Amino acid sequence: MRKTFVLAALAAALTCGAASAQQINVKIGVLTDMSSLYKDATGPGSVMAAKMAAEDFMKTHPNFKVEVVSGDHQNKPDVGVQIANQWIDVEHVDMIADVPNSGVALAITQVAAQKNKVFMASGPAASDLTGPKCNGNMVHWTYDTWMLANATGKAVVKNGGDTWFFLTSDYAFGHALERDTAAVVEANGGKVLGKVRHPINTSDFSSFLLQAQASKAKIIGLANAGGDTINAIKQGAEFGIGSGSQKFAGLLVFASDVNALGLKTAQGLSLTETFYWDMNDATRAWTKRWQAALKTPDKWPVMNQAGVYAGTLHYLKAVAALKSAADGKAVVAEMKKEPTDDPLFGKGTVRVDGRVLHPAYLFEVKKPEESKYPGDFYKLKATIPADQAFRPLKDGNCPLVSG
Amino acid sequence: MVDIFGIPSAALFGQLLIGLINGSFYALLSLGLAVIFGMLNIINFTHGAQYMLGALSAFLLLKYSGLGYWSALIVAPVLVGIVGVIIERMFLQWLYKLDHLYGLLLTFGLALIIEGVSRNYLGSAGLPYALPDSLRGGQNLGFMFLPNYRVWVIVASLTVCLGTWFVIERTRLGANLRAATENPMLVRAFGINVPRMITLTYGFGVALAAFAGVMAAPIYNVSPNMGSELIIVVFAVVVIGGMGSILGAIVTGFGLGIVEGLTKVFFPEASNTVIFVIMAIVLLISPAGLFGRRA
Amino acid sequence: MERVVEPSAKVMPLRRHSEWITFGVMVVVLLIAPFFIYPLFLMQALCFALFACAFNLLIGYVGLLSFGHALYFGWASYIAAQAAKVWGLPPELAILTGTAAAATLGVVAGSLAIRRQGIYFAMITLALAQMMYFVALRAKFTGGEDGIQGVPRGHLLGLVDLRSDMAMYLLVLAIFLAGILFIHRIIHSPFGEVLKAIRENEPRAISLGYKTERYKLAAFVLSATLAGAAGSTKALVVQIASLTDVNWPMSGEVVLMTLVGGLGTIFGPVVGSFVILVMQYKLAFLGEWVLVIQGVIFVACVLLFRRGIIGEIANWLRIRL
Repeated sequence: MRKTFVLAALAAALTCGAASAQQINVKIGVLTDMSSLYKDATGPGSVMAAKMAAEDFMKTHPNFKVEVVSGDHQNKPDVGVQIANQWIDVEHVDMIADVPNSGVALAITQVAAQKNKVFMASGPAASDLTGPKCNGNMVHWTYDTWMLANATGKAVVKNGGDTWFFLTSDYAFGHALERDTAAVVEANGGKVLGKVRHPINTSDFSSFLLQAQASKAKIIGLANAGGDTINAIKQGAEFGIGSGSQKFAGLLVFASDVNALGLKTAQGLSLTETFYWDMNDATRAWTKRWQAALKTPDKWPVMNQAGVYAGTLHYLKAVAALKSAADGKAVVAEMKKEPTDDPLFGKGTVRVDGRVLHPAYLFEVKKPEESKYPGDFYKLKATIPADQAFRPLKDGNCPLVSG
Repeated sequence: MVDIFGIPSAALFGQLLIGLINGSFYALLSLGLAVIFGMLNIINFTHGAQYMLGALSAFLLLKYSGLGYWSALIVAPVLVGIVGVIIERMFLQWLYKLDHLYGLLLTFGLALIIEGVSRNYLGSAGLPYALPDSLRGGQNLGFMFLPNYRVWVIVASLTVCLGTWFVIERTRLGANLRAATENPMLVRAFGINVPRMITLTYGFGVALAAFAGVMAAPIYNVSPNMGSELIIVVFAVVVIGGMGSILGAIVTGFGLGIVEGLTKVFFPEASNTVIFVIMAIVLLISPAGLFGRRA
Repeated sequence: MERVVEPSAKVMPLRRHSEWITFGVMVVVLLIAPFFIYPLFLMQALCFALFACAFNLLIGYVGLLSFGHALYFGWASYIAAQAAKVWGLPPELAILTGTAAAATLGVVAGSLAIRRQGIYFAMITLALAQMMYFVALRAKFTGGEDGIQGVPRGHLLGLVDLRSDMAMYLLVLAIFLAGILFIHRIIHSPFGEVLKAIRENEPRAISLGYKTERYKLAAFVLSATLAGAAGSTKALVVQIASLTDVNWPMSGEVVLMTLVGGLGTIFGPVVGSFVILVMQYKLAFLGEWVLVIQGVIFVACVLLFRRGIIGEIANWLRIRL
């Protein structure tokens, strides 16, 4: 009788002790594109990346319970805002990750600020997110239009591509990309010989490619994305672009697009990404895990998906330091205090305006005969160090930056 | 060189040629739709998805059985045509007596299913399919570089279009078909198996869509979305030409290619929208399209 | 032209008031709903329900299939957003301005489209919608693919702060109910009887002396106006107006909602829109299986449940809904 009493008291004491180690619950919502053009560059791959980050973090922090939910914004700002609000108000989500599609991202960053939660933007490209639209609840990972324009533009001009012709998507994103890249090209001694604007979701580019050929520019800059880029490159191959005197420079190309094109068609294409699965042993190991978890051995992770992993890890570290995820602003401030360090992007920092600085890489797509195994797409042409890859702080017009 | 509206004439001829070639592709794609509507009175919204299935089959044939482009041109339309026959027997045959609306809604639903399933298993970025080696390269015509593949496109499209028109308008088989749609009872009384003709006609229309899909695979991105991007344009072509008129679809297809080509030179941002402007104008002037029969 | 909707069975005298009873039930349900269901979702659903009802007015009661109805919904939402955000109008005026814009567009588009029948009518509406989509894409004020964001909800009549979800919900509910009552009034009026006559047999209506073109145009403009009211309200609810609202998949969605709910019934589009929206949000975890499921529903509705949910119920109970 007494023994049971002692045992019970002991048990009670132990459980009290464990409870005082304070269980921290965090809920992460991956708001992504599951059904249209960004699905392969984000989608289920992003959700898996977040889950992997949660798993890895919980291994080293047993008092954390991290739950990952996902939603499809279908590239519609309305749907994105609806899901985000419902997640925050009803399901107590603390952090929203990914959000490819800048229009949706701009709306979500407002929601995060209004409701004081965190927006970990690893998907969108708009450099305005760390510019006029910046706020204290958002961190912008992976890439933005300024970085793409600068990295690809400068590096290609330095490599000899000094005359450009632009094939631009006729909407704000395409215009911004063209404008930024043209500025960089000219600032580095190159010349823009001409441009043509095409509607989004154009199937046939032959007419535009003829115009590009007629200009005799060495580089045809593709200021577009997704299916438009793929179609332009595919049809360019018919016209001999890429294997002759003219080459393409892809201003927003993901490894998933290169996979879709095949090396025969995409060879010689220059592009910038901040992550490549085959970079080093750490990225290779992570990629194997990712492929196994998704059961897709013939798909490779792309920088957006890697960004979800890295960003989520860094976020969780900040939450651990504060012991709570409740105050979004505080968590973001903590994220800006600590440098970032993860197996995928290496070392970096989060700046005052929310911009994450990490190195960027200029790649060129290999010829089919240079590729030794499936997934061997790129050769590294140049590395741009973190402090030069992104727009200088003073040029951003971010209200958070004083002066 | 003479300048026309500020564009050197050499460049303009190049653009017109490209426009003509694109027009032949539009004509090929619209042909199946026109045949199906003309013969069956069904507005086949699944046409885009069936075109996509043709391209997809070409990819799968290459990947899993090593059959290249030339074999795919024959095998893929047959395979997808069989799918079409199944669709007709399972779904469409119940709708012939109803308003056009239902056929349209049903085929729209089928298109969603086909695209959704394909997207789930194959992703949305696209699948690689390269130009066949025998058609690589091109000719330098002086005013432009003309890829060999594009020459093949216009030759094949013209052949298939004119062949189909000939069969339907000038042969006995075609005559039977046209009679069957006007008065099935009477034609059956002559001992002709009308339901089977209708099924096979639908299958043929679908096979035409798939054929266009295989033709597109080497040059357009092979993705589950490829059909839905083109279906609206194809519809517009058929409507402008006059629903049910084979010749109308062919002529309008070519016409649209040329108009679009010119728009791409002078006002490129509007090149996706110009077809709708033309459609509105044509419909307001001529009630049933250019060559159509009044409903 | 063949009849689009099959008539419901003979109305039994005791069930004459079925429509009012159902209306009462609906009001009660909608009044208590926000305590159980997330109000932001309910508000969006009500806007789409009104949009679907407006569309149904044209297809269910006049027999005209419009492929470009997103034109009125979307442009009204843009104008209302512009009015609230840039011109600083109070919410009630912003909504009225958006609705008026939709009515104007309806007059212009309608007078062009009405001249044709059947599929050609549908294609003209599509062509006009696509042209206006192009305008929306290029016009500076629409913000391109980012849309107009951060639309303020403002203070209703200068008194009620609409930032509260409950207050906004009551406003949306009021607009929705007013819309439904208005449609009910139209359908059960002499004007509505002429519309139904035109749907059944237009040549006969003409031979009876009715200027059918004018009736059709009036119905078209009414439908466009109500769609505009839905769009303007939605802009204030979600505080965004974007290209998705004027794009043709939006036109396609409203067809789906009406079909699933029941063409030619008053409550059909309401039920249909709720069903479709619930599906999109609750099944969002299924990724693009949602599209496949939508396709399956389309096919099933056309083959088996042609009357839609409400239509089948009405037919089974032999009442009018």
